[in-house]
Formats: sequence, C-alpha cells, structure tokens
Amino acid sequence: MKVSMSVNGKQVSGEAEPRTLLVEFLRYELGLTGTHVGCDTSQCGACVVHVNGSSVKSCTMLAVQAEGAQVTTIEGMAQGDELHPLQAAFREHHGLQCGFCTPGMIMSAADLLKTNPSPSEHEVREWLEGNICRCTGYHNIVKAILAAADTMRGAARAAE
Amino acid sequence: MVEKGIGARVLRKEDQRFITGRGRYTDDINQHGQAHAVFLRSPHAHARIRGIDTSAAEAMPGVLAVLTGEDVKADGLGNLVCGWLVKSKDGSPMHMGPHPLLAQEKARYVGDRVAVIVAETLEQAHDAAEAVVVDYEELGPVVALERAHDAGSLVHDEIASNLAYDWELGDKAAVDAAFGRAAHVTRIDLVNNRLVPNAIEPRAAIGHYDPGMDHYTLHVTSQNPHVHRLVMSAFVGVAPEHKLRVVAPDVGGGFGSKIFIYGEECVVLWASKKVRGRPVKWTADRSEAFLSDAHGRDHISHAELALDQDGSFLAMRVNTKANLGAYMSTFSSCIPTYLYGTLLAGQYKTPAIYCDVQAYYTNTAPVDAYRGAGRPEASFLIETLVDQAAGELGMDPAELRRKNFVPKTAFPYQTPVALTYDTGDYEATLDEALRLVDWKGFAARKAESQRRGRLRGIGLSCYIEACGLAPSQVVGSLGAGVGLWESAKVRFSHTGKVQALTGTHSHGQGHETTFAQLVSEKLGIPYEDVEVIHGDTEKTPVGMGTYGSRSLAVGGEALAKACDKLVEKGKKIAAHLLEASEADIEFKDGNFTVAGTDRSKSMGEVVFTAYVPHNYPAGLEPGMEESAFFDPPNFTYPAGTYVCELEIDPATGTTEILRFVAVDDFGNVINPMIVEGQVHGGLAQGIGQALLEGAVYDESGQLLTGSYMDYTMPRADDVPSFEVVTAAGTASHANSLGVKGCGEAGAIGAPAAVINAITNAIGRRVEMPATPEKVWRALQNTQTPQAAE
Repeated sequence: MKVSMSVNGKQVSGEAEPRTLLVEFLRYELGLTGTHVGCDTSQCGACVVHVNGSSVKSCTMLAVQAEGAQVTTIEGMAQGDELHPLQAAFREHHGLQCGFCTPGMIMSAADLLKTNPSPSEHEVREWLEGNICRCTGYHNIVKAILAAADTMRGAARAAE
Repeated sequence: MVEKGIGARVLRKEDQRFITGRGRYTDDINQHGQAHAVFLRSPHAHARIRGIDTSAAEAMPGVLAVLTGEDVKADGLGNLVCGWLVKSKDGSPMHMGPHPLLAQEKARYVGDRVAVIVAETLEQAHDAAEAVVVDYEELGPVVALERAHDAGSLVHDEIASNLAYDWELGDKAAVDAAFGRAAHVTRIDLVNNRLVPNAIEPRAAIGHYDPGMDHYTLHVTSQNPHVHRLVMSAFVGVAPEHKLRVVAPDVGGGFGSKIFIYGEECVVLWASKKVRGRPVKWTADRSEAFLSDAHGRDHISHAELALDQDGSFLAMRVNTKANLGAYMSTFSSCIPTYLYGTLLAGQYKTPAIYCDVQAYYTNTAPVDAYRGAGRPEASFLIETLVDQAAGELGMDPAELRRKNFVPKTAFPYQTPVALTYDTGDYEATLDEALRLVDWKGFAARKAESQRRGRLRGIGLSCYIEACGLAPSQVVGSLGAGVGLWESAKVRFSHTGKVQALTGTHSHGQGHETTFAQLVSEKLGIPYEDVEVIHGDTEKTPVGMGTYGSRSLAVGGEALAKACDKLVEKGKKIAAHLLEASEADIEFKDGNFTVAGTDRSKSMGEVVFTAYVPHNYPAGLEPGMEESAFFDPPNFTYPAGTYVCELEIDPATGTTEILRFVAVDDFGNVINPMIVEGQVHGGLAQGIGQALLEGAVYDESGQLLTGSYMDYTMPRADDVPSFEVVTAAGTASHANSLGVKGCGEAGAIGAPAAVINAITNAIGRRVEMPATPEKVWRALQNTQTPQAAE
C-alpha cells in the first residue's frame, strides 16, 4: 500500500506493507539510513525520530500510522552546512564513538531541550533512559547535551 | 611544530558523517539484486537433528534457497576453527569439537544455526523459515558450569568428556611450600558473571559472488577483515584468499564480539554462489545477537593468598573453571589461559603463583573475548582477594597494596607467571587516586551518609593488563596459530597529501583521527592532509585487526615506522636537491635542512620531486610510498588505580555510585580526549558487570536474558560522571611511541572497585551482578537462592 508523509520538510510517498515499521520505511524505502535499528524490543533508542514534533521510537510505529505526518530524522537536523547545536556539541565534546546510537541520542535530546531548555545533569540522565550507548559510558553524551542546551539558550536570548 | 600532532585534543575526523546520519554501516548498504537471508535457529539447547524437511519452505513465495548442514557437507566446506592451541597439564592438545557452519547431526545451544532461508525479501525469508520442519530428538543439556564435568551428557560425542582442556601455569611446588610457611591465608570463592557484549549495531553481512569475475566480496561487521579473509579461505574454504575481498565498513562497536568468524558470514557468501551470484544480506536482530554473539567471562574460581605476619604476599594459588559454551569460538581457548593466568601477579611482587584452569563445553552460546578478555577476570580475582586479606588482617587496603607493589625501581620485572613488565609506577597512580577521592576523608563522609540512613562504601582496584597483542614468537610458542604483528602503508600523492593505510580497524576508537595525528607529527605535515584508510582487504595491507588494545601500540607503531622510512628517503632526495651530503640533512617540522645552515627543502618539495624525478638521485626509486610491518618485542602493560565510592539504601538494596575516580598509566597519549572517552566506556561496562549485567540460562538451556528487557544494560542514569586522569604515564618500551593502549582498562579495573566498595559498605561480599535483591538479601543475612544467580 502507498504511504505519504513529509520527511525532513519534503513530501514523500512510498510502498509499505501493513506490517512495515516506520523505521523500515525510512531506511529501506526512502534510503534514510541515519536512523538505526539496535534492538527489537523498543529499548535501545537508536531509531528515535520526530513525528509531528515529538520524539518517537520509529520501531514502535507502523509506517501507515505516519500517514500525513511531519517526520524529522537525523538527516534533517542540520540546516545546509550548519549543524544543529546538538550535532555540534556531540562533536565538540566527543559524545560519540562508534556513532551507531548517536542519531537516536541527538533526536531524543532535541526533544528534551524543546520541553526543558535548562535540564540538570540528573534530568538529562533520566531522559536518556530510553537510549542505550555501549561506547561512551554516557559521560560525554551528557556533557554534550548540557553544552548544547547552553548554546541554544544563548541563541534564544540573542534572538529576543 | 604541527598543530594537531601527538598529545593534542583534536576533534574527530569521523564525527561529521555520524552526527549527520551519513555513516555507512553494513545494514545501510543495499546491492543491486540483493536477496535476504534468515537463519533458522535451534529452539533446544541440545538435540539430535533426525531430519529437516525444507520442501514446504522451498515452495513459499520468493524463496530462492533453503540450505542445511547437509548442503554444507555436500559442498565440502570446512568447519570454523579456534586459532589458539592450548595444551593440558599432561601435554595433550585441547579437544576441539567440530564447529560446522550449519548444525550437522546435533544442535548444541539455543540459537545454533540449523538452516538458512534465502528469499527475495526479508519478510518472505522470515515466513518461509516458519515452514521448515526440523525433527529434533531432545537430549539432556549441559548447562551449569559447575556440573559440566559430570552432567551425564556430552556436548560433543567425539570427545570423551565435556572437558576441553586442563591447563596450568606456575610453580606448584614453590607455591605449596610458601603456603606451608604462611602466617595467614586468605581464601575466596567467586563467580565472574557471564556477559553479552551488546555492541549496539547487531552483526550483519552481505555476501556477493560475482560469477563473471569468479570473485567474492563480503561486507561484514568485523574488527579484523583480514583475519576473516584468512579463516574463511584457509579453513572454511568458502573462497580462495586472493579472490575474496572482505570489507568492514563503519562498524557500530565490537568489544571483542566482532573479532570472531561466525557461521553466518560464511554462509551468506556461500549462499550467494548457490543463488547464482545474487548478493545475500543478513542482519541479526537483537534477539539473535543475544543468542548467537559470543558471550564473555563466565568463570568460577577458588583462590588463596598466603601472607607473612607483616602482610607481605608469599604466594597465590588459583583454580578456575571456565565455560567455553557449545563450540570453541575463534580465540576462545586463550582467554581463560594466556590472557588470564599470566595476569595473576597483578601489580604485586608475589614471588610464587600457581593457577590451573579447567575449560568445559556446555550447551550455551560460545564464550570468547569480551572487552578485556581474561584480564578482567584476573584483575577482579586478585583485587577482591587482596581486599579481603586487608580486611582479615585489619590493614588499610591501600597500604596492603602499597606494601606489595612491584616498586618502580624493579622494572623490567619478571613475574612468576611468564610476563615481563617493562615499565610502571603503581604508587604514583595509587597516590593520585587516593588524593583525588580524598581517601582519608572517607570516615567523615560515611558518618554523614549514616545520618541519612545510607550505607556508604569505598573500594579500590589496582589493575594491570597486558596489551598490544603481541610478540609473534611468544604467542606462537604458547599455541597461537597466527602472528600478531601489524602493518601499515603511508602514501604521499604528488600534491603532498597522505593516505595512511592500516591493517587495524576502527569501530569507535577514532583511528581516523589518532593515526592522522601520529602521521602528521612524524611527517611534519598538516593533520588535515592525512586520510586514514582501514577496513578493506583490497585497499589496506594485510593486518591482524583490532583487539587487545593493540591498534596504536602495534598498528600505530607500524605507521610510525613507515613514516620513518619516508623521512629517510626524503633525506636522500633533499641531499641531492641541496647538493649536500645525506648525513648532513636534518628533518624537523616538515623541512629537510642542511645542518647548521638555512638551506632547506620542504616535505612538499621533496615529495613533488619524488614523483616528478627530473632532477633526482641516481639509482633511487621514484615515488614516496612506504610500507612497514611491526612485531613488538613485548606486550605493553597499562595499569592504574580505580576508586569507587557509593551509597546503598538498606531498605531496597539499591546501590548508587557517587564517585568513580580512575587514574591510568597508558604511557604516552596521542589524543587525551579520545583516551578519556575510551576509559569512560570501559568503566560503564565494568560497572555494568558489577551491578547490572548477567546472562542467565535456565536448567533447560533457554536464555532467560535474551533482550534488553531482561538483560540489564547500563543506562545513563545508572552511572555517574567519571573523574579520569591519564596524565603522567610511564612510557612503554615495547614501541617507539611509548604508548600502551587504553581500550580495555575501564572494563578490567572497574568491577573490583565497585564490589570492594559494596563489601566495604555492607560488611560482606556479594557476587556480581550485585543487584538490589542480592545486596538486600546480604543485608538480611540470608542467601540468594541459586535459581536467581
């Protein structure tokens, strides 16, 4: 069956079976392979994307459920060559090693900072409960998110 | 001076693609005409396969092939092998049971590969897998390690018992004599819990046979593509080595689990030929990863430490039972032996040590190297034993350790268990860790916790590891089937840009950055002008890959040697251009200068001359490209002190780590940012082992912890921010860079620090993982039921 949605600001449509997960549609139908699959029980968070502005594990959602939705993936976070502050902070603070969990971490953190622009370290750690990283011990991921929050607050103040 | 050379905190080259979603992992690759493979796995731990009916599955829509162990046999493919021959006490070789690509006659663990289904789509392959009918005759499973010796059932009918080998190391008579004159003996029984490596990218492979070229290409999640190529051609025989290209693209973590040559990647390559050259892709789901990735650890040990009346160590005696699982995985035999027994001296000058290890087959997933591999088991054993001794003698655990350290004046130090430590300063790392954590102020902090109803504990761990695997002659004499050198090629282009090719593989370690820093420094050229290439057997020189914290200490040194050769050649060219004697040319900061003058040629000018040799030394080959192999003279010996401070809620048994201080001696450091990141990750895995993780099989051999809902991975709110110090190391003598390796330290040193802190808090030791239930039960002075272990 045909499914249509907006992905990273572009209207797209493609074929999906009723059992096709959103993450499978993104990866295999649209070729957006930045969204990863690290488990089969919706625990690892490597597949987090934004659907209508909220973070969603794209393995918990069928492609057909995203019909007509606004979807943002890691590929849609940078504005041209300008990285999203979270992307920049992950690089600046060595918040990634193998890179596999990174897209999900960034997408999840972006949702956190939207609802809580000044999280404490504790709040960041609690929020990341649904994202597993095996490489970094989370130390630099947490540091990167706190730094990005700082940058984004600064940018928001400057814009006021 | 180059700006981003050795010692600089340079941001990583590889990050741009990962943070923008443009990494290229194996499952991201899709090839024209690609078919999909699904493996049918045994639901039984131990069963005879009386027959497999594939006819219904073959008739399903989209199915291209259904292949079984009989097909593997008919095509004459060989078995998977274990590449390290360990001998028993009596000199007899270890008993290696056959490890077929697809099960033949028997399935030996839940998850054992029984058949492969290849279909047009993944969904079709899954559907067809359900239509394969396997006639199993269930057999009694061998599950519990402590009962493997008399389980009443044989994992491998070809072998007389489930014992694969009974190995020993050390002078037993000397140890027994020392125990005879000991003033005090400390005894401990402990379990080193079985772990699942859990790289977040599941294993995957795409096999492609090109009939036109008679050539094979395998994309695979591998830490060592050349080793994959070697084993698949020399032992499995699925493709000749010169016609097999193995590509390990971006790999999402390994931690050991992607060293090994598994049946799946061999099968997809073979299956591609069976389906007339269609590429065949397989990606594990997480459930398959839990069942079929090689697990780690899984020891049961009894250890004894003999001390004199002053607390000096006289001797140590260790017996360990190690679980190999159902088959001997690629390097499994050396983990509980040469990477374990040899480390039992720790940081101490214990004069006599004896260790024996019985390794058993069980009907569980194969067990092999997992981050640290043998060394965490050794370190945990020593450091809990020493802590217990301190408790029994009423000594400060730091001071008991200090008293028994190999002093810094004693290097090189020959241990009684075969290793020669080249450098170290164990008091320095201990002192720095104690200072950072404010060891002396602990009593006041404990009292403060007590006022809040919490039990506070502090624990030390002074670990050592042997890294930079390793001298080929040494490992060869101990049974290794391969050499453990490393290789590199450094290639200038006309324009002075450099490609640095390495036989190691990066799957999170940041080689593209660290190696570029190294080459930049050695050649005096900008970091940005160096591109590091790895992970493709048709691009890079033959290498042995990445494991055992060896990439920099062995592979980095090979790069350094290749750079040295380029500089030597450059001197000849510069001498010619400057009309000077080669002996008078000095190379510094990217310039070849006639000593004592201002006459010089830049590296760029020299390189251009080498490629446009119109005015060139007679007899010298054109070009600026050099290769080097490096076989180290010794292992490297990273060491350090870790301190964990934690609080336990006596009402729930919940442990909260308040501080974790890690002071490591990694020798010289190329990129401190990357090194600290490696420590952070290792610490989280070590804390995971201590508090959370444990693979549990039930009595019938079913894996109870088969998903992230059952197997507790460390999450962000389980670990603290770490305090990591890696400065002021003692340079290794095993390589010119003075580096030691840092990838495994955290996982090696952390478990004992955590467990010792818990023991300190509650007054008794609990086995790992020290879950809230176990801690709570220990506090109630009751035993944890066996079933919950």
